[in-house]
Amino acid sequence: MAKITYIEHSGKSHTVDISNGLTVMEGAVQNDIPGIDADCGGSMACATCHVYVKDDWFNKLPPKNEGEDDMLDQAFEPNTSSRLSCQIQISDDLEGLKVHLPEKQI
Amino acid sequence: MINTDVLIIGAGPTGLFAAHQLNLIGLKCEIVDNLDKIGGQCIELYPDKPIYDIPAVPECTGEELTNNLINQLKPFNIKFHLSERVEEVKKINENWEVKTNKGTKFNTPNIIIAGGVGSFEPRKFSPKECEKFENKSIFYSVKDKTIFKGKTVSIFGGGDSALDWAIELSNNSNVNLIHRRDEFRGVQSSVDNVNQLAKDGKIKLFTKYQLKNVNGSENLESIDIMHDNKEIQNLKSDYVLGFFGLIMQLGPITNWGLNLNKKTIDVDTEKFETNQKGIYAIGDICNYLGKLKLILSGFHEGALAARACFKLARPNEKYRFEFTTTSKNLKNRLGIKE
Repeated sequence: MAKITYIEHSGKSHTVDISNGLTVMEGAVQNDIPGIDADCGGSMACATCHVYVKDDWFNKLPPKNEGEDDMLDQAFEPNTSSRLSCQIQISDDLEGLKVHLPEKQI
Repeated sequence: MINTDVLIIGAGPTGLFAAHQLNLIGLKCEIVDNLDKIGGQCIELYPDKPIYDIPAVPECTGEELTNNLINQLKPFNIKFHLSERVEEVKKINENWEVKTNKGTKFNTPNIIIAGGVGSFEPRKFSPKECEKFENKSIFYSVKDKTIFKGKTVSIFGGGDSALDWAIELSNNSNVNLIHRRDEFRGVQSSVDNVNQLAKDGKIKLFTKYQLKNVNGSENLESIDIMHDNKEIQNLKSDYVLGFFGLIMQLGPITNWGLNLNKKTIDVDTEKFETNQKGIYAIGDICNYLGKLKLILSGFHEGALAARACFKLARPNEKYRFEFTTTSKNLKNRLGIKE
């Protein structure tokens, strides 16, 4: 279990407890947090669960999966802090993780 | 005006199998899809990825599944309207009048929406000013390459479309290729080709850059691109091409008076009918208690929606349930001679 904070583009913040094994994307969808669409349901076939992770956390996350950057090329305004939230699996180590949501997903 | 028993929106696996079920019970249908090919997400998003949960098919790729579904439709004569998007739906008496963006008109008692997560559209540049130049000097696909001859073209993207066009246009145009990172995701031979052309000065390569702004009043004159380190460069450009892949959008469906739930459409589980009589939704786009976004669920939903269509298409006939193993009727429709 880890406390994850999702910060909407407007600045509105949501902090929720997410069980280990779920992904950051699933945590948002199950808690009705707006701003993560996850059109493909987590199969890394779209780029609509795109989040930004600031440096302090970015470097602590497990590295990007093969193909994740290819999908991110197709996201809305990707940058060097971009991740797909469906590829970040929750574990106790992620306690306190903050992710920032883009202005839009599509 | 095309008269048909059923109009199917979406040529993905669910729409294709629904077409099979409709023709099997003697109904005619036509299919509209915004993509230029049949197969929906299976063909656009994961043609090579194996699928392991199609009943009785231990393993197949998205492309194989699509081809098998097309084969299964061979006995029937089904008209596909590809690269067309349904724009308007109007109730005229008991029927629906449907119009596409290319002006094709249908008159039908039944519409089955098998639209997945919506229609595929190109991902566009985010700076607002780009809209002004869209289809004049900014394009997301190439329809007529001759217009680029002798001009400066700035191409954005890191996939095969971007690489292929950069290579092709470098013959007759000044090409800038701009990508947000150092790695390209296209096939290796194209990547090598582009790198060689860049070395020879035939293509100007800008990696870790993204579009910041476009400049020009009537015509596009130049663009500003920004490096990851915030440094900005101004590039004179006559044309800009963006190849960022496709995104899925519900589009005009949201204006049809259907009960929507986020990006899905509420249906009942008897007919998979929406709140509008004669409009059904099946596959990933429909929503009901317990909905699973699996291809196999879409097949089931299509089979039931097809039976519901029968009532409206043949109000004076009674639908009889039959098996393909035993029914002469069905075998006739399938073109099987005994």
